[in-house]
Amino acid sequence: MKHLLSTENLSAFDAIRVLDTAEEMSAVGEREVKKLPALRGRTVVNLFFEDSTRTRISFEAAAKRLSADVINFAAKGSSVSKGESLKDTAQTLAAMGADAVVIRHWASGAPHRLAATDWIDAAVINAGDGTHEHPTQALLDAFTMRRHWAQLKGTASTGADLKGMRVAIAGDVLHSRVARSNVWLLKTLGADVTLVAPPTLLPIGVEHWPCKVSYNLDETLEAGIDAMMMLRVQGERMNASFFPSTREYSRRWGFDDARLRALDDLGMKDTIIMHPGPMNRGLEISSAAADSPRSTVLAQVRNGVSVRMAALYLLLSGDSREAAPNAIQSSKETN
Amino acid sequence: MAENTYLIRGAAILGGEPEDLLIRDGIIEARGKDLADGDATVVDGKGLIALPGMVDVHTHLREPGREDAETVETGTRAAALGGFTAVHAMANSNPVADTAGVVEQVHSLGRASGWVDVRPVGAVTVGLAGEQLAELGAMADSRAQVRMFSDDGICVHDPVIMRRALEYVKAFDGVVAQHAQEPRLTAGAQMNEGAVSAVLGLTGWPAVAEESIIARDVLLAQHVGSRLHVCHVSTAGSVEIIRWAKARGINVTAEVTPHHLLLTDELVRSYDPVYKVNPPLRTDADVQALREGLADGTIDVVGTDHAPHPSEHKECEWAQAAMGMTGLETALSVVQETMIETGLMSWADFARVTSFTPAVIGRVADQGRPLDVGEPANVILVDPAARWTVDPHKMATMGRNSPFKGKELPGSVVATFFKGHPTVLDGKLNTPYRYPAVSGN
Repeated sequence: MKHLLSTENLSAFDAIRVLDTAEEMSAVGEREVKKLPALRGRTVVNLFFEDSTRTRISFEAAAKRLSADVINFAAKGSSVSKGESLKDTAQTLAAMGADAVVIRHWASGAPHRLAATDWIDAAVINAGDGTHEHPTQALLDAFTMRRHWAQLKGTASTGADLKGMRVAIAGDVLHSRVARSNVWLLKTLGADVTLVAPPTLLPIGVEHWPCKVSYNLDETLEAGIDAMMMLRVQGERMNASFFPSTREYSRRWGFDDARLRALDDLGMKDTIIMHPGPMNRGLEISSAAADSPRSTVLAQVRNGVSVRMAALYLLLSGDSREAAPNAIQSSKETN
Repeated sequence: MAENTYLIRGAAILGGEPEDLLIRDGIIEARGKDLADGDATVVDGKGLIALPGMVDVHTHLREPGREDAETVETGTRAAALGGFTAVHAMANSNPVADTAGVVEQVHSLGRASGWVDVRPVGAVTVGLAGEQLAELGAMADSRAQVRMFSDDGICVHDPVIMRRALEYVKAFDGVVAQHAQEPRLTAGAQMNEGAVSAVLGLTGWPAVAEESIIARDVLLAQHVGSRLHVCHVSTAGSVEIIRWAKARGINVTAEVTPHHLLLTDELVRSYDPVYKVNPPLRTDADVQALREGLADGTIDVVGTDHAPHPSEHKECEWAQAAMGMTGLETALSVVQETMIETGLMSWADFARVTSFTPAVIGRVADQGRPLDVGEPANVILVDPAARWTVDPHKMATMGRNSPFKGKELPGSVVATFFKGHPTVLDGKLNTPYRYPAVSGN
């Protein structure tokens, strides 16, 4: 892997390698000194064209735990019309010697542009681009699901996939990079995915996706699921006739208290509830659901750091690059 | 040797039997086998096809206003190299070509350049704003003699304004060339809406946004008994609607671009903005329907929609990039590849869709005429056996935004005669035609 741009083209082998490496990284997070020397002397730039404190600090923590130097570049509002172009920004970062660029951009495909052009030679990690993909979010979701799935089966997570796991993803699929990245990755890992959304919030062409599509959340629950992932509903959708009102949305597609009880009534005691955050409590998810023991919301955040450490490590110390000398190996020995 | 006399020796006229063409003082003086050289400069036409100079109904020359993208001089050089002897210069310049003054400026720039006939297109509405008719009559009566009116780039979406425009241009045999795009259905649109846009997370430009406007406009044209031209048809559904309209006797003509005949939205997966264009690249099913429509006459003409942009408008994020592709220097080759090499059309058909009919739609006198004795000598020579690899940096257009970059294409333009003067010889620019000085000036 030279870049991590999407999960669409991520092989099962690479996906499992990231997840397995993340398992090793998570052990670092549990130590008193949460640091590895793996990326000492390497420079990671967090290039954020869109505000996302959660994702940025997660990448920042990941890079710092690997001893990389981190530069945060908030380029919000930067554009051809307003200021510096993406090309100039990229060339500036290249001139400063960036080894990896973690890019968050409101425009779908911006990370692909960085990777495909000769503007910069650094490894590119997509930290969310427009309504396209958010591959590290999907990887941390898969990591969270895999741990749960392995625990249920009493097996080790490492090396495992998600074969047989039933995952429902509900909400604004049309505008969701999280949903897209999850659909591709979960399919690759062998899970059965059902998207649940109002028809207005599903893209034309969704019928070609490797998943089932439902307009009815209750029927999806009744059919049986092992993980329920709720997507954030953006405020601006409410004024564009995607649905009549937030109350109607919440009744039909929100994970409310009644649906939380339904999981118990239907005997799905091990079904987890996931959300990429930030949550709209009372809209797509009730407080009771968000705070229930089923909720993995905080575990997802925690796992995000491990997964991002794994991504940075694999991209920056892979065979194609000058490797940091056996960093992870030696650290394990001194454990 | 006489300066204005050329003998094209042994070229296959419209792809038929090899014959000679004697050109003198801008006129085809003789056509036949083994014509005498006399005082003519002989041009070897062996293995070449002689065609009427191509007429583009849809060109963006960018001048006035965006001379960093293209000028009349550079755009018409590109046109001559591409085998054109006339182009229609779209109205979305800055200032907009919505007055007699601007269309006369573009017209005179074209005459000063001398590479092709430059036929200015007038805006339908003031400033392309879609609210108030521009002075269509003044543009028609100007020295530019505008007959085609278009707000191209923007749809005349208000049905009443469109109706009035269609009615009004009847007074001077004009035509309204519509950029069919329902604006509300395409707010923020980035690419064709379908399987690929769903995956890429780019806002979709649905086929229905084009088809619904075409359906409305053909009915309006029927209602007011006027002449409608549909720019850059891009969907299979549009072809069906136009076929239906023609069967009802509605006076509608339609154009397709070379890029819509060859490329699909699969290319957008690269996020390379060189593939960003309006209307967007569609699916393979649309491409096939467009080819069939062009072959069976439902679509009347090829129009390039040549749209040069400075490189900074393409070297950016997809969503930030300008829409448009260059096309003048690749049009012949792409049409040969998609229509002739596939067996869908003959070279005579090629002449119909690239020259005869475009000249009729634009009411361009002296263009799109048969290669017969007494006709104006707007003639091109094409080597159909040539193969070449597209290199945007070797083009005459200032735009480097060719979606065919690196592609090998068939057919090359060996010579272009404009008003009997070779603007292109041996595949290279020669010299422009010089208009005679107006006496008493």
